[in-house]
Amino acid sequence: MTKNIILCGVGGQGTVLASRLISTCAMKKGWQVMSAETIGMAQRGGSVFSHLRLSDPAQPEADRPAGPMIAPGIADLILGFEPGETVRMLPYLKQGGQVVVSSRAVQPVTATLAGSSYRAVDMIDFLKAHVSSLVVVDADRALAEVGSAKVLNLILLGAAAEENALGFSYEELRDAIREKIHPRFHELNFKALSWYGQSLQ
Amino acid sequence: MHQEFLMGNEAIAMGAIAAGVNLVCGYPGTPSTEVLETVAKHRGPDCYVEWSVNEKVAMEIAGGAAYAGARALVTMKQMGLNVASDPLMCLSYIGVKGGLVVLVADDPGPISSQTEQDSRTFAAFAKVPVFDPSGAQEAYEMIQDAFEFSEKYQTPVFLRPTTRVSHGYASISVKDPEEYTIHTPEGFVKDSSRWVIFPRLSTINHKKIEERNAQLRHVLSDYDKNCILRDQPDAARSQNQPDEASAPQPRRGLAAGGFNFTYALESLRALKSRPEAPLLKVATPFPFPEDLALQFLEDLDEVLCIEELDPVIERELTYLCGKYHLKTRILGKLSGHMPLSGENNLAAVQKAIADFLEVALPAAEALELPSLPVRPPVLCAGCPHRASFYAVKQAMKGEKTIYCGDIGCYTLGNAMPLDMVDTCLCMGAGLGIAQAIHHLEKDTFCFAFVGDSTFFASAIPSVVNAVYNQAEMTLIVLDNSTTAMTGHQPHPGTGRTMMGEVVAAVSIEQVLKGIGLTCVKTVDPLDHALAVETVKDTARQPGVKAIIFKSPCIAITRPSGRVMVDAAACIGCRKCIRELGCPALLFENGKALIDTAQCTGCGLCSQNCPVQAIQPEGGSGND
Repeated sequence: MTKNIILCGVGGQGTVLASRLISTCAMKKGWQVMSAETIGMAQRGGSVFSHLRLSDPAQPEADRPAGPMIAPGIADLILGFEPGETVRMLPYLKQGGQVVVSSRAVQPVTATLAGSSYRAVDMIDFLKAHVSSLVVVDADRALAEVGSAKVLNLILLGAAAEENALGFSYEELRDAIREKIHPRFHELNFKALSWYGQSLQ
Repeated sequence: MHQEFLMGNEAIAMGAIAAGVNLVCGYPGTPSTEVLETVAKHRGPDCYVEWSVNEKVAMEIAGGAAYAGARALVTMKQMGLNVASDPLMCLSYIGVKGGLVVLVADDPGPISSQTEQDSRTFAAFAKVPVFDPSGAQEAYEMIQDAFEFSEKYQTPVFLRPTTRVSHGYASISVKDPEEYTIHTPEGFVKDSSRWVIFPRLSTINHKKIEERNAQLRHVLSDYDKNCILRDQPDAARSQNQPDEASAPQPRRGLAAGGFNFTYALESLRALKSRPEAPLLKVATPFPFPEDLALQFLEDLDEVLCIEELDPVIERELTYLCGKYHLKTRILGKLSGHMPLSGENNLAAVQKAIADFLEVALPAAEALELPSLPVRPPVLCAGCPHRASFYAVKQAMKGEKTIYCGDIGCYTLGNAMPLDMVDTCLCMGAGLGIAQAIHHLEKDTFCFAFVGDSTFFASAIPSVVNAVYNQAEMTLIVLDNSTTAMTGHQPHPGTGRTMMGEVVAAVSIEQVLKGIGLTCVKTVDPLDHALAVETVKDTARQPGVKAIIFKSPCIAITRPSGRVMVDAAACIGCRKCIRELGCPALLFENGKALIDTAQCTGCGLCSQNCPVQAIQPEGGSGND
C-alpha cells in the first residue's frame, strides 16, 4: 500500500521537521519515502506544504508512486498546522480521509493591516461539514500547557498517533525524535508528543 | 550500495562525490543552493569547495580546474547562468580536459526567480549537452554519467534539475565510499594552440562542435535514460476496463522529460488508459535523441508533449515530423493544449492527458472552498531591513525620490505598508537604474538598495561607473552579515569560507572608500533616530555617497528579548501596524498586541509608538 500524507501551515511552524520525523519512521520500517515541500521565499510567512508518500516496497512497481507530488482526492491524512491552510488543502483529501488540525489561526500581515482578520472558527466549521474523520487540537491550550510556542508539530504528530491516523506508534516517533533532534530538546518534544493523549484522559 | 533518504540536491552532491569531483564552486540561488552545501559537508580531503563571489567567477574557476584535468562542478540557478554566460559560451568552444558539469537549477512557476527561462534552451544556444533528471535517484546517477560524458566529448555538460527535483526527497540507492571513483587530475599542460581562444581557433572548433552534436543525436538515442515506456502495467488492471476500441481510434502517445515525466507516468497509471499510451522519456533534450524519437513517432498519429517552460520537446518532435515527412500531429504548448507559462501540477496534467486520450477522469467531488487568507511573503519580525527602509522613508518624506531595489530578502520591502521598492530588475541593476534617473531628472533623490552579498556579487562595477560618470545617488547597503534569502551562506564580507577557514573579511566601507566615495557612513538601522538623521544628511551630499545599515539577520542571531504592549497606555491608533507591517504586531480588542512567538525585541515599534505604550518585556523605558 501507499500512504499519502499532506502537512500544511505557515512558514516557520515546523512542518518540515514533522515531515522528516514521519519519513524517518517509515524508513526504519523499510518503506520507500518520497516527499516534496515548499522551501525558499515562501518560508517568510507564506503558505507552506509537505507532500509525503510512503510505500511498501513489496507492492508491484505500477502501484508505487512515480513522483513525490500527491494528486487531488488521494491523500489519506492532512496534518493541518493552521485552519485556513488546512481548508486550502482539503481538495487533496480522499473520500473518508482523516484530518488532524490545529485550532489556532495565524493571521497574515495583510489581514492585520486591512483590519480584516479571518476567523478560525469559520474554517473549523467548514472542516466539520466536509470531513468525516476530523480531530481538532486546541493548540492554544496545548502550547500553554507544554510551555513552548515552538512544538505545535510534535503536538499534532502526537494527536495523529493517538487517533491511529499515522500508522506509527509513540515509540517509533520517539525513536525518530532521538535520531533527528538535539538531545537538549528531547524531553520537551516527548512532552509535546504525549500531550494530546493525556488531555483525553 | 545502501539506501539513503536524500533531497534531490543532496543526491546530486553525493553523486558528484561518488564521481570523484575535485573542485566545486558556485553562487547561492534557489533552488540550487543545497548542492554545494552538501558537498562541503561530505567532501573528502582532496575536494576543494567554495562559494564564489558570483556565477561568472565560479564558471571561470570551474573551467580552469577542468583545464587542469580535474573533475569540476559549478552550481547556480537559472538566473545565475545569465551571469556566467560569457565564460560558458567560450568554454563551449575551447572545451575541457577534466569533466566539467554545470549544475543549473530551473524554477518553473517561477517560485523564487525573476524569469521562467529554460536552461534546456540555453544549452542548445551554448551548444552543450544537457541532462534533465526526473527525480533524486536519476539525478544521482546522471551527474556521474555527466562527468563521464563531459570527459569523453571534452565539453562542459549541464545537469538541469527543476525545483521539484532539487527540493523533492526520496529514499534512493547510493554507493558506499569504497565504491567511489578516485579521480586524480593530470595537471595543467601548456598548449597555447588549445587554451588560447582566437578567431581562427573558434572557426575550427565551431565546426567540430556542430559535427559532434549532430553525432550525439544518434549516440544519445542509446542512452538508457532516454527510453520509450510501453504497455508494461499489469494485465489484470486492463481487463477491468470496458473495451471502447470498436471504432478505430487514433494511435496516441505522450512525450515528457525531467520532473514532468513523473506527472505523465503517474497520470497514465491513475487513468488506467487502455491501450496503454506509449510514453517517450527525454533525458537529454539537447542533443535530442533523434533515432529513439523517430522510433516512437513511427506508429503514432498524435503525441501530447508534457513539459514546463519552453516547448523544447514539442519543437524537436515537430521538426522531426517535417524532416521525415511524418503525418503525426504534435501537440503541446504551441498547439494550445498545454499552458504556455507557469509550473505544471499533477491535477492539470492528468486532465490534459485524459482529454487527449479521451478517457474519463476518476470521479472527484468538486469542493467549493470558502474565501481563504492570502499570504504573500513578508520581511520577518525583527528584520533589520524593515528598520532601514522605514528610516529612509521617514527621512525623505515629502521629497521627490526613486528607490531602486535589488534581489534578496529586501525585495520584500516593496510590500505595504513600507512600499519602498520602486524598481527591481536583476542583481546589481538598482545602481544602474538610479544613475539613469539622475541623468534624466536632476531634482530626484536617487537611492539604490543592495544587500551585502549582492554588493560583492554585482554592485562594485556599477559604483565605479557612478563615481566616474559623475552621477548623484545614495547607495544604501543593507548589511545583515549573511546571504539570507537562500539560507545563510557566507560571503567575502563574513570572513568565513566553505573550507571552514576564518579569513580577513573584505570591508564594504573600505571598498567604497577605495573607489573614491568620500561620504560612507555605517549605522545601526535599529537606532531609528540616528538612522533617520544620517539619511537626511547623507542624501543631500553631492556625488555618490553611501550608508551601510549594519545589523545581523535575525535568523543567525539570538533575539535580544521581546517587547510588550501596555494595554492601559495603548490608544489604539494603529500607527505601529499601519507603518511597520511587522508580522509580530497584531490588533485585538482595540489595542495593539505583540505575538510573543515571533517578536525578537528589535524595538522599532517601541521607538515609534506616539504614547510609549510598547516597552521591552520585564523593563521600563527604551533599551
